[in-house]
Amino acid sequence: MPSEFRLPALGADMDEGTIVEWHVEAGSRVKRGDVVAIVETDKGAIDVEIFEDGVVREIVVQPGTRVPVGTVLALLDTGGSPPAAETTAAGRGEAHTPSLAPAGEGAGGVHEVGLVPPPASSRVRISPAARKHARELGVEVESLHGTGPGGAVTLEDVEGAAKGASSPPPSPAEAGEGGGMRAAIAAAMSRSKREIPHYYLSTAVDVTATTEWLAVHNASVPVTGRLLFAALLVKALALTCRDNPGFSGYHRDGRYEESAAVHVGVAVALRGGGLVAPAIMDTADKPLAQLMDEFRALVSRARAGRLRASELAAPTIILTSLGEATVDAVFPIIQPPQVAIVGAGAVAARPWVVDGQVVPRQVLTLSLGADHRVTDGRLGAQFLAKLAQRLVDPGSL
Amino acid sequence: MNRDDLAKRILDLLTEIAPDVEASSVIPGIDFRDQFDFDSMDTLNFAIALHRELGVEVPETDYSQLASLDKCVGYLESRVT
Repeated sequence: MPSEFRLPALGADMDEGTIVEWHVEAGSRVKRGDVVAIVETDKGAIDVEIFEDGVVREIVVQPGTRVPVGTVLALLDTGGSPPAAETTAAGRGEAHTPSLAPAGEGAGGVHEVGLVPPPASSRVRISPAARKHARELGVEVESLHGTGPGGAVTLEDVEGAAKGASSPPPSPAEAGEGGGMRAAIAAAMSRSKREIPHYYLSTAVDVTATTEWLAVHNASVPVTGRLLFAALLVKALALTCRDNPGFSGYHRDGRYEESAAVHVGVAVALRGGGLVAPAIMDTADKPLAQLMDEFRALVSRARAGRLRASELAAPTIILTSLGEATVDAVFPIIQPPQVAIVGAGAVAARPWVVDGQVVPRQVLTLSLGADHRVTDGRLGAQFLAKLAQRLVDPGSL
Repeated sequence: MNRDDLAKRILDLLTEIAPDVEASSVIPGIDFRDQFDFDSMDTLNFAIALHRELGVEVPETDYSQLASLDKCVGYLESRVT
């Protein structure tokens, strides 16, 4: 019996998607993690990966078709024993997986992600898929009236224009700042504030030694090998999560499950408004240089609107670094079903007491928003202290 | 390369690393950061692109001289052959 490849959900409010393009056909051999299709959702175009090895037996849903989440898109011969394959496929299609999906399988389980992929551009908001389709149909995207999130031009708009039909004007809700993305963020944050009993902690850290280490490192490597302070934070956070249970995982169906792998999501603000928080997979296991390369690529793809389904579904904890905006501290809101989020303010020169003397030091305020259903302030305080210790010892990263 | 060509080249690189920025909207005298939230990741990508395309390696300590289009042209003029 073949395994079923279904349309994964990327958020509680995502219920449909349109297949834009298949990268495979019947007979194609696929490996777990391969991007097999581009799917346009009401939140933008997403690369969807397959989560099993095998050979494509049949493409069930053809490009241009809009289908609900959970629909079987393709059938796959996995070569596994039939009952196992069947169980796996069925389990992944359910809205509630009984246990955490292993690393790399985030796209299969229905994880809730409220921060959503962006439209591709701030001038004409259009997904790469819709842009491609417009080119094929000879439609001028600049002349289109987008009806998608934030006035984004959707596949339907392109097709409507090609048929000579004018797109209807956007509804007031859709035309608002950020459009569908704003609505998705609002839904996720409202749910978070309604359901999660947050507690907040913060601590100021003297990171002078770290900034000096970074300056020396970056002066000694080629420009492509330079690290950002944020990369050190991401790694320090991942290692802290690994050693301190209770902060990296999911709270679902009334109970908390620690994730075996730490996937730190990085909040990326989009210039057109809104934000996304895709994950750097298996963050704790990666050397800094590799982590930095992936971080850089991830931010670029986030801004170009080419994220993968698994990256959006995977974060086990999020880092929001508003340092660039020069705020001192962040009081971050947890992204359900996660149970913690870490914020970083600006690294800036501040008066600091060293050996009884007030001296200027580079200081950063770290903050933690955590879920009281899972941990208490004492554990949270230990967590933040461990994170700070890691951060001021860059050699340990 | 004359000043105008250099400015055009820099704009091309800028919009390559920040595809959500429109070249025609860039005001030469205003810092990128104030115009379109250029952050440290953008600056690093910009430095990498300058190295790759123009062969100029900009040390971190000179990043402030890449802050606007005018500053970039001034800084790179003597360094690009």
